[in-house]
Amino acid sequence: MRSISAVIAAAGKVGGLRRRRSGERFIEGWILLAGILAIVILLGIVFFLIREGAPIFLHTNPWQFFSGAKWYPVSEPPTFGILPFLVSTMIVTMVSTAIAIPIGIACAAYLAEVASPRVRNMVKPLVELLAGIPSVVMGFIGLMILSPLVQSTFNLNTGLTGFSAAIMLSMMSLPIIISVSEDALRAVPDDFKQASYALGATRWETIRHVSIPAALSGITAAVMLGVGRAIGETMTVLMVAGGALAVPQSPTEPMMPMTAAIASGIGNAVRGGLQYQALFAIGLVLFFITLGVNLIASRVLERQKRRFAR
Amino acid sequence: MRIKKWHKWLILSTLLVGGLSLSGCAGNPGPAPVTPSPGTELSGTFSIVGSNTVTPITSVWAEDFMTINPGVRISVSGPGSGAGIAALIDGTTEVCQASRKIKSLEIEQAESKGVYPYEIHVATDALSVVVHPSNPVSELTIAQISAIYAGRITNWSELGGNDAEIVAISRDTNSGTHVFFKEHVVQMQGLPTEDKSLEYGPDVLMLPSTEGGVSETAGNPNAIFYPGLGYLTDEVKPLGIKITTNDNGILPSVETALNGTYPIARPLLYYTDGEPEGIIKAFIDYCLSAEGQLKVNEVGYVPLP
Repeated sequence: MRSISAVIAAAGKVGGLRRRRSGERFIEGWILLAGILAIVILLGIVFFLIREGAPIFLHTNPWQFFSGAKWYPVSEPPTFGILPFLVSTMIVTMVSTAIAIPIGIACAAYLAEVASPRVRNMVKPLVELLAGIPSVVMGFIGLMILSPLVQSTFNLNTGLTGFSAAIMLSMMSLPIIISVSEDALRAVPDDFKQASYALGATRWETIRHVSIPAALSGITAAVMLGVGRAIGETMTVLMVAGGALAVPQSPTEPMMPMTAAIASGIGNAVRGGLQYQALFAIGLVLFFITLGVNLIASRVLERQKRRFAR
Repeated sequence: MRIKKWHKWLILSTLLVGGLSLSGCAGNPGPAPVTPSPGTELSGTFSIVGSNTVTPITSVWAEDFMTINPGVRISVSGPGSGAGIAALIDGTTEVCQASRKIKSLEIEQAESKGVYPYEIHVATDALSVVVHPSNPVSELTIAQISAIYAGRITNWSELGGNDAEIVAISRDTNSGTHVFFKEHVVQMQGLPTEDKSLEYGPDVLMLPSTEGGVSETAGNPNAIFYPGLGYLTDEVKPLGIKITTNDNGILPSVETALNGTYPIARPLLYYTDGEPEGIIKAFIDYCLSAEGQLKVNEVGYVPLP
């Protein structure tokens, strides 16, 4: 937020110093408007989420809401406890990140340091294409192919588990992690690598001890962006995670992350009713979690940029 | 991000193909050939939103009605009965299809927004309880099914089956079937053992669609699920349902639902805001006609007596 206002202020200062053509001023106005619009929309969403969701705390106090393990929105009287959803979201996100990090960074290191330009120009767009696969298709693949596989591999009762959902989510966050990490690795100044080679380091040692540490903040940001994607993903977890309401004890149990809980209940909720408010409150919690993750990511990315801004 | 020209084309064409196949799935027959048939001047657009269970029969009716009356466009969607009723209350749909009766609370909410739900019974469904074909269990009492879904029986061996944990599958709270099953089976409404405090157990899987539940049951030897009669396939085995242990298990079918012997049959309903008029009335009249009720049989539900 602060950086945006700084940019606006800077733009104003520059504008005051220079005589400009009216066309340019017109375009700058539009860009300013677009920037402000984005902020207005964000604030509007926050306001709307709070207005629709906060009243649930008059019915269920925040402590019961966050620590309650019972979610019976259509019973008489209804109870709203979102602990199972919070824990499910955490488990699914952590497992998917644990799967995506090694694969993503290895792939990025390969693309940035090892692959020939020809291969890179082939592979990178394909990786980015992976990001374009609709989540419902990923969910369908998870349902039809992955879940029977998980069931037989781990000898489970059902393959519709948090683990299956996490695998699908890791595939969906991979393109982001690969793409952003690769950019970070390529931003590492060539001098570093040349110096490393000059000292007799092998290519692996250079990647391991020079490139990756130098690009670490960029890679961290990439991982955070991937995490944000995994937390917010809905359709896939709705279809694959199984949707059990118990507080999950392990990744191989069916579970219902927060996004799935919202999606599977919102159609039934009458506008302004208790269930509707409770679902919006979940949305609010989700919003703050993803906002936090993205803020950390942009902070870290900024640090990376400053580091190599020479 | 530099994307080469041919990559752009690759992405574009992928999107195009995806878009085309999606629009194909929507089942929109496109602009129907204009065949002016005398006497039909019906035209207009309305939507039917609600139960996933009623959707198969509503789709057939809507398609037939649109073939007879090319000027009419009906959009059908099935996110769940609760969703349909919510849409009717909020005024975002003209007709709501529901597999459960509207609750008094919902009527109050509707009336406070100036909507007066009008109920039309269009067909009947027998809610079948299905397991994997390899499951040796073939009959259960309602009390046993209740115990399974409330989490008090967790192993098939307690019911005379294999020593394996039961995977109980349910629809999510969007579904009218979820609510109907909870009231009439889990809480055993109308039986001497009725217990209003019973709820779905925490380990029950809540799935977003009936098809998903059927396909999971077809692939999982330990699963149990409760689809409407119209969703039965050869890949799952319906259980005989009995009220007490001494009864004979009754299999779900059109006959047993019509003669009242099948214990978990339920009405499929349409709700409109006030009595239906115009094209909506014409459509509902078609649904209730002999021809419309014949379609009910074809889809696998139970026609009105």
